[in-house]
Amino acid sequence: MKVAVLRFPGTNCEFDTQYAFEKLGHTTELVWHEENTLPENIDLVVVPGGFSYGDYLRSGSIARFSPVMKAVISFANDGGKVLGICNGFQILTEAGLLPGALKRNNNLHFISKHQNLCVINNDNAFLNKCNKGEVLNVPIAHADGNYYIDDEGFALLEKNEQILLRYSDENGEPVVINGSITSIAGVCNEAKNVFGLMPHPERALEAILGSEDGVRMLKGFEA
Amino acid sequence: MTATINVFLKEGVLDPQGKAAHHALDSLGFDGVDDVRIGKQIIIKLSTTDKVKAEAEAKEMCETLLANTVIEDYTIEIN
Repeated sequence: MKVAVLRFPGTNCEFDTQYAFEKLGHTTELVWHEENTLPENIDLVVVPGGFSYGDYLRSGSIARFSPVMKAVISFANDGGKVLGICNGFQILTEAGLLPGALKRNNNLHFISKHQNLCVINNDNAFLNKCNKGEVLNVPIAHADGNYYIDDEGFALLEKNEQILLRYSDENGEPVVINGSITSIAGVCNEAKNVFGLMPHPERALEAILGSEDGVRMLKGFEA
Repeated sequence: MTATINVFLKEGVLDPQGKAAHHALDSLGFDGVDDVRIGKQIIIKLSTTDKVKAEAEAKEMCETLLANTVIEDYTIEIN
């Protein structure tokens, strides 16, 4: 698999993301935000975490207009697979590739810790190697992860099985972490080729560092 | 012309910063605070002298970049 990892001013998870996919045996290429095109024969575009443009105005709002994002939007509209992690999730919602928006955490804190997540839907190109209802342990690190969508949009998410993950306890019961509607931690688009989540699977690759659950998550894209 | 743009979270979208400030005002003994909402103000100097044109430009800027209309409303004042 050939993975393009985007890089904006203020991105800081691009090397972890490259490391993760290379550890799984894939080739990766960093793509600077000023590029007008993506490398050829890309299987997956990852918009990694960080603080693009210092989170000015709103997280992801400036990065979303970078030249490379035009290429990503047309790649996604042609069915190409795109994954946004943390700030990448914020950028993809700002770009309109994913529904909803991410607001400031309801307790106003930057939350950085390992967190249990319950797999809500796995019939997609991302979580197909995880089981429905399974609890994964993955680090979170964000200030603006409070997912919001209106009632109509939420009903569509549920109906189309677009909710990927919820913050949960060790038994899979939803818990309030940042104020997200129904504790949502990740969603996909209706066509199920664009995925976004606040947790960092690329930081959960080694049991010795707390969790290796991220391996199965990222391996989903190999299918 | 100058466009003064106020951006706020929509009614019905919980404003965590407003809620925290409300709580702090209560703690400081300011009775009678019914609601606090925190937004941002963006002031843009426009080269046009046509008020209608200025308003149209500011509106397009809000819709495109300055507000996320999924969660935010905005007001525009042209002077």
